[in-house]
Amino acid sequence: MSPAAYVFLSVILFVIGAVGVLVRRNAILIFMSVELMLNACNLAFVSFARLQGNLDGQVVAFFVMVVAAAEVVVGLAILMAIYRARKSASVDDASLLKY
Amino acid sequence: MNHLLFLANGGTGGTNLDPLYGKAMFWILAVLAVSAALAMILVRQAVHCALMLAVVMLSLSAMYAMQGAPFLAFVQVIVYTGAVLMLFLFVVMLIGVNSAEALKETIRGQRLWAALAGIGLAALLIVGIGHASIGNPPAQTSAYSTDNLTGLAKLIFTTYVYPFEITSALLITAALGAMVLAHRERSGPKLTQRDIARRKIESGQVAPEPPPGVYALHNAVDMPAMLPDGTTTNRSVSGAITQRDVDLHRDPEGNVLTDLAAEDRIKSERALEAGTLGREETQ
Repeated sequence: MSPAAYVFLSVILFVIGAVGVLVRRNAILIFMSVELMLNACNLAFVSFARLQGNLDGQVVAFFVMVVAAAEVVVGLAILMAIYRARKSASVDDASLLKY
Repeated sequence: MNHLLFLANGGTGGTNLDPLYGKAMFWILAVLAVSAALAMILVRQAVHCALMLAVVMLSLSAMYAMQGAPFLAFVQVIVYTGAVLMLFLFVVMLIGVNSAEALKETIRGQRLWAALAGIGLAALLIVGIGHASIGNPPAQTSAYSTDNLTGLAKLIFTTYVYPFEITSALLITAALGAMVLAHRERSGPKLTQRDIARRKIESGQVAPEPPPGVYALHNAVDMPAMLPDGTTTNRSVSGAITQRDVDLHRDPEGNVLTDLAAEDRIKSERALEAGTLGREETQ
């Protein structure tokens, strides 16, 4: 299969993830959508690496995975802290800065 | 199995899968991934979302293997589906399981506009990429001819050695950050074992709550336990059971009435039994 097909698939997955971020209001589910977007980017990186015939894209995808792991750890810890304070994981409830 | 091993090796030269085989595999995985991703943003339960995300990640890892990236395929399974998703599930179990999302929109027309924005973004990206000419990959390049792991290691420890070192700082910072954020200040003095024992005695109830069905006429969980003095106690019945009766519009007392009738019957039987054995019923 040509890399173009993989790139289009990654575009579709990325868009689905972006819509998920916009639509969902539970912070955990927003995080999951962000993970989906990161995965879609990784797929594009790997496809472009194959297209270019070198491995640099795979290295970048590897770094993306590392950063995503760090992001998930800190993000979920923040989520736990917010939940402990407000007893809710909904992003609508954390609106103190609005007023 | 041979096919899987072949996939894991990335073939020689990245992807020299049989074209038809590769194509069929791609379409199966693509349909699986897109439908799972769609289900992920539509399903209400957080746990189902996590499972759908796992499906997407696993199909992506198979795609990495098909594209000559076996190392990334394994890292995807181990790090993403193994570690990250487990972390998600932990947090879902801790906070999100029964906080089902409210279906009411707080921003008017949010879903509609989000869908429109998504369609717009998709159109933009697809048109943009469609204009770029993405050709076919070179048949055999030196990077893909050697072992994938060796090639990656060479790149990571030569060209990308500084980013690689910086990621270690990032990971340490993330671990520290998680510890700091998860840390909770103690608001009161720490209870010693003596304090706990004293509080227990002061509460008036030394023994634990009677479990359901103990000394009751039935051993069903909804039967109140019978205390040593012969009275029954409702403390042994879980509140969830009474609540269930209320939810199902059943009379929670109805069962008790049947039970009382049974108690009378059993009492007469016990009296008969005591009479045949020739001893007094003490109770």
